[in-house]
Amino acid sequence: MTESFEPVIVGFLCNWCSYRAADLAGTARIHYAPNMRPIRVMCSGRVDPQFVLKALREGADGVMIAGCHPGECHYVNGNIKTLRRYHLLKRMLKQLGVEEERVQLVWASASEGKQLAEAVDRMTEQLRALGPLRWPERVLGEDGRGANGHEAFVSAIEPREEVAA
Amino acid sequence: MSVNGKPKLAMYWAAACGGCEISVLNIGEHILTVDEVFDLAFFPCIADFKTVDVRGYPDGYIDVCLFNGAIRNSENEEMARLLRKKSKILVAYGSCAYEGCIPALANLTSKEATLETVFLNNPTIDNPDRVLPQPAYSVPEGELEIPEFYHTVKALDQVVDVDYYIPGCPPEPHQVWAVLQVVVAALLDGAPLPPKGSIVGAGDVAVCEECPLEKREKTITRFYRPYEITPQPGLCLLEQGLVCLGPATRSGCGALCPQVGMGCRGCYGPLPGVEDQGAKMLSAIASVIDAGEAGMEEAELDRVIEEAVATIPDPAGTFYRFSMAHSILRRANDSQSDKV
Ligand code: FES
Repeated sequence: MTESFEPVIVGFLCNWCSYRAADLAGTARIHYAPNMRPIRVMCSGRVDPQFVLKALREGADGVMIAGCHPGECHYVNGNIKTLRRYHLLKRMLKQLGVEEERVQLVWASASEGKQLAEAVDRMTEQLRALGPLRWPERVLGEDGRGANGHEAFVSAIEPREEVAA
Repeated sequence: MSVNGKPKLAMYWAAACGGCEISVLNIGEHILTVDEVFDLAFFPCIADFKTVDVRGYPDGYIDVCLFNGAIRNSENEEMARLLRKKSKILVAYGSCAYEGCIPALANLTSKEATLETVFLNNPTIDNPDRVLPQPAYSVPEGELEIPEFYHTVKALDQVVDVDYYIPGCPPEPHQVWAVLQVVVAALLDGAPLPPKGSIVGAGDVAVCEECPLEKREKTITRFYRPYEITPQPGLCLLEQGLVCLGPATRSGCGALCPQVGMGCRGCYGPLPGVEDQGAKMLSAIASVIDAGEAGMEEAELDRVIEEAVATIPDPAGTFYRFSMAHSILRRANDSQSDKV
């Protein structure tokens, strides 16, 4: 593993707890890994599994979903919905060859800036150890090496069509 | 149009099971009208045509081509490109052409693993020399070639431009006939066609809206496989623990499966505006899981939910049964060894 690899974590933080926790981590000047790109959502329950897949598909190395502790969601049970989807999503992602550490659910209340910072540090370390995901290039072969040998095939058929016409 | 002035119809199968052809023939006596209105230009399932015939047609000669089947190998792709060139209207007919369907489930594994299973490891295989198909092979008479087997199965619109989509595995006959009527009216009387890219022959709400089974907002603690329980008639299957993908599947079939006690499989594809049907199905299925009493310990809550989701043995295969090729991730990551 190269030492220069800096994982990109897309973080979905709920407005009422976890985004405030991140804010608190900032105002308290807690030092933690700068690898998470936070996106504020109103509730962790707003995080459609499509958002997670899209982040991974577009090049993120991991996704963190952070919300209020169970029982403390501003919308009563939005985070319970998140939790149910998360466990199912985790099982599905495993089948798709996405390592478990790449998608994490974290509960962080507005006063838990330190806990959130630690979770980001921990996840960053785990992703460093796993290495980059780079879905477009490594899985879909969009760097021109031609998944399926597509390029090679196209150049092979074009002349044949001309002969026939 | 040709000498007799009839519009030309083609139907071709790529990686498909043949059910789509049957679904066209299933429109009953209307098939006589189809025969009256159209001239067949290419339809290997029911009439003797060769690829070379199609190559000989001028571009755009075929008025409507119903293309079924996914793109699994280089021959499928070659035929898709050829028929695109020769057809005015190219329709992705059925779930395989529309979004990959069963063939695209192979995207959950690798080309090598698929070939190994099929040619070496299936219990009924007797292949002591471990012969695998070779794209090219030399014999005294010269070089023999077979199509190249792709690593990733694609939907039709991932290799060529598609004008319309007809979902379903296979499409329902009444929907097929409704679409054909629109096409006939357009070709013969100049009636307007739907906008390019439309999904035709289907509804635009969820299968649940067409389903007469009664919902009671019940949650469940585990799922059952169809052979494990006999569902109570008249009640929503999902609320009885049977995976039913009706909430995240486009209507148009008339909810045929749930009405006979078999959960919706999702063959009509995602609802309008949804990119990834599997993600939506996952959310819908997760929403019926009972999360226990409020105030439960976090670890206990995790355990209850984990146990419930563990009763779905194959989430990816279940939620992407028809739409793997169109899913956001498109295929499984099988490059874990190639860490940079
Ligand atoms: S508002 Fe924080 S999880 Fe719902």
